[in-house]
Amino acid sequence: MLLRYRGSEGMVAWAFHRISGIAIWLFVLLHVLDIYLAGGNPNVYDDILKFYASTPGRIMEVLLGAALLYHALNGIRIMLMDLWPSLTAYHKQMWYANWAIFVGLGLPGAFIIMRPALGL
Amino acid sequence: MALYSRSGRPRPQSGGFELAAWYFMRLSGVALFALALVHFSLQHFVFDPSQQTSTWIFNQRWNSLFWRGFDWLLLMMVVLHGFLGLRTVTMDYLKGGRRTLALATLYLVGAVIFVMGTIVVMSVPLPLGK
Repeated sequence: MLLRYRGSEGMVAWAFHRISGIAIWLFVLLHVLDIYLAGGNPNVYDDILKFYASTPGRIMEVLLGAALLYHALNGIRIMLMDLWPSLTAYHKQMWYANWAIFVGLGLPGAFIIMRPALGL
Repeated sequence: MALYSRSGRPRPQSGGFELAAWYFMRLSGVALFALALVHFSLQHFVFDPSQQTSTWIFNQRWNSLFWRGFDWLLLMMVVLHGFLGLRTVTMDYLKGGRRTLALATLYLVGAVIFVMGTIVVMSVPLPLGK
């Protein structure tokens, strides 16, 4: 449905922005709760930390980083078009530029996060 | 209306709170681009989660007013930006009583998260010089 309905990049960009935003918000809720425990109950926090440092935890951190990077880059794209509406004519090109930056920064980033889990 | 941003919310024509919120989303977005990406890079690229025990957080990571202030500013921006963003999403999908209930829950969760984060970043003693 996401790819067929009106089909074009603009709508997918919008849907991804919304989905990544909600995902980041959910992580922020979790993250404030865990960091609150670091002050209130350090032993419980240190147990939670073991999950963050585990392989499934690291995979989720890569996904979090991906959501954050997409939301950040697409947010800049939205603001550029808000400031200079004539850029809207190039919204697709800007979206593809976003993906180029996303892959360029994201792949090395994902490698660094996963490296301890891969034993490298 | 042929040309539109196609992924952002159109600038409200009404003025008042809606327009202020629209501008604030963009301003806080620029701030978060720096704050959130630097924070994520520190936690995952500069340091590794395996070393980030509560002792490490308070004796190293937060042993500095600058980084506590940085993280508190990030908290403030992320709560307001996330809250306003989810407010837009909620109002797109819900109407009437369910909208009121969802927005009230959102206000409450945002306030609680902000207070909890503020308490922890401000109440833990600063071990400076240890």
